[in-house]
Amino acid sequence: MTVQVSTEPGADWATRYAGACRDHYRRVLLDIARADPRVICVDSDTGGLEDGFAAQLPDQYVNVGIAEANLMGVAAGLAATGRIPFVNTISSFAATRACEQLKIDVAGNNLPVKVVVTHGGLSGGHYGPTHHALEDMAIVRTLPHLTVVVPADAAETERAVRAIVSTPGPVFLRLGRSATPMVHERPYEFRLGEAVTVRSGDDVTIVATGPYPVHFAVQAHERLAERGISARVLDLHTIKPLDEAAIVAAASQTRGIVTVEDHLRIGGLGGAVAEVVTEHRPCPVRRIGVADGFHDEVGSELELLTVAGVSVERVVAAAAAL
Amino acid sequence: MNLDDLAGRRWTIRERILRMGASPTGAHVGGSLSAADILTVLYGAVLDVRPENPQWPERDRFVLSKGHASAALYAVFAEFGFLDPAECDTYGQAGGRLAGHPLRRLPGIEFPTGSLGHGLSLGVGLALGLRRAAASQRVFVLLGDGELQEGSVWEAVMAGSHLGLGNLTAIVDRNGWQISGTTEECLALEPLADRWRAFGWHTFEVDGHDLASLHGALTAAPGDGPRVVLARTIKGSGVPMFENRKKSHYVTMNPALHQRALAGLRTRSRM
Repeated sequence: MTVQVSTEPGADWATRYAGACRDHYRRVLLDIARADPRVICVDSDTGGLEDGFAAQLPDQYVNVGIAEANLMGVAAGLAATGRIPFVNTISSFAATRACEQLKIDVAGNNLPVKVVVTHGGLSGGHYGPTHHALEDMAIVRTLPHLTVVVPADAAETERAVRAIVSTPGPVFLRLGRSATPMVHERPYEFRLGEAVTVRSGDDVTIVATGPYPVHFAVQAHERLAERGISARVLDLHTIKPLDEAAIVAAASQTRGIVTVEDHLRIGGLGGAVAEVVTEHRPCPVRRIGVADGFHDEVGSELELLTVAGVSVERVVAAAAAL
Repeated sequence: MNLDDLAGRRWTIRERILRMGASPTGAHVGGSLSAADILTVLYGAVLDVRPENPQWPERDRFVLSKGHASAALYAVFAEFGFLDPAECDTYGQAGGRLAGHPLRRLPGIEFPTGSLGHGLSLGVGLALGLRRAAASQRVFVLLGDGELQEGSVWEAVMAGSHLGLGNLTAIVDRNGWQISGTTEECLALEPLADRWRAFGWHTFEVDGHDLASLHGALTAAPGDGPRVVLARTIKGSGVPMFENRKKSHYVTMNPALHQRALAGLRTRSRM
């Protein structure tokens, strides 16, 4: 897959990659589209793209309104004429509302449609469960040909967006909504399908995906170190295809794996990791994620995650008990 | 190809549909027969396509949104060189290319279809992509009438007129039936022409078994927006025992029934 060696941003890294992945994605998309006329931004009244992208590149923009089933079909049709559509919607609307069009028209045909979704997991915060997506990864990782990417921060979002333009098939890129902590603080090598070792360690492994989960995993690494436990932290930004080698290595070299995700404990990262180790190298796996149920609590993304049981404390406890 | 020539071929095409209906799996015979003349005119006299090179970039695009009429499409493909007629006998058979709903592995199929309500969105995307590339190719999508009950169709209808896609033509096989009965009993579609007009489409109403009328509507000069051809058809058209019968929706014929259906068809073809 495409190797993205980051340019050296020097001291401006922190300013450049501060803020929400979503905002950064929009800047990068504009940048990419300026250089590649095949790229077309397909909007579904998400808000903001009309003033940004459409104002700059009107010929590479189309808004199909609040109609997600049609959105996916239109994108598939555009791709069949040689375009690279970047589809914009909310994760729940892509993965559940328009799931069939995503499955058959986009994924089934192996077309180069890039479905970029926001409001992954609980990042919709106070917007409530209609705007949360806690089953999206479980669904989309079963779809054929689809590459599924969940960047951990803005720096990774940029690398992921640049990488998926040249990926021949369809991609599902899951972003959050609001600003999240920076995870990658210096240049690093990003390859689709390869986990990033964010912290080294050889007692236990914490495998995480998405902004807060990877952030929690890094914090857990520090706390575990204080207790004499050396925790490897993997940022598993690509859910499909899964970096099985990194997971099997973790299963072989450490005494167990803790998975952390902003998603139901059913079928997401934890499920995917468990599938791999069960088959190739059985080891204890503890899944930190959202419990089964319909989550209609009110709160911010961080508050909801804590209520749902996705927190640094939970990760530390699970890792220490391995 | 002139329409007189097509008038003879339409019967061969219907015979082939019946043969697939007499295969072990059976076929959606009623809706294939209602669509047979529409597809005959499209492939025989409207679409600019090259059977010897189905992926020819300059081709017109066709999407069979009512994918369950696959038997009609295979029969037409066999008639116009996309498919060896003998391959029709592999319909529904393991290892073949002719499924109950069309697969993309069969050259000439732009998109696999079968789940209703997808095709017009694909057509909107194709038409928009071609127009943005300043290409002159046209896009045609054939929908079933029962299919119009899918809400996603109307999302695409709104998009088609909003985007002013003059290179897009929808055709509705208005045979009036769906599995459980008539469309008007199940979930009424009328006043259908008014509905399409209200959504901003240039609306043509034709006899869907009159080749000249179909041809005229399908080749009318492009306007400033999308067109829909509401083709009034007969479910099971050409086979008296199937015409306007609810049971003709899906048919599995034993040899005796097959012969009876063929005899009925031949009576009609001589009329």
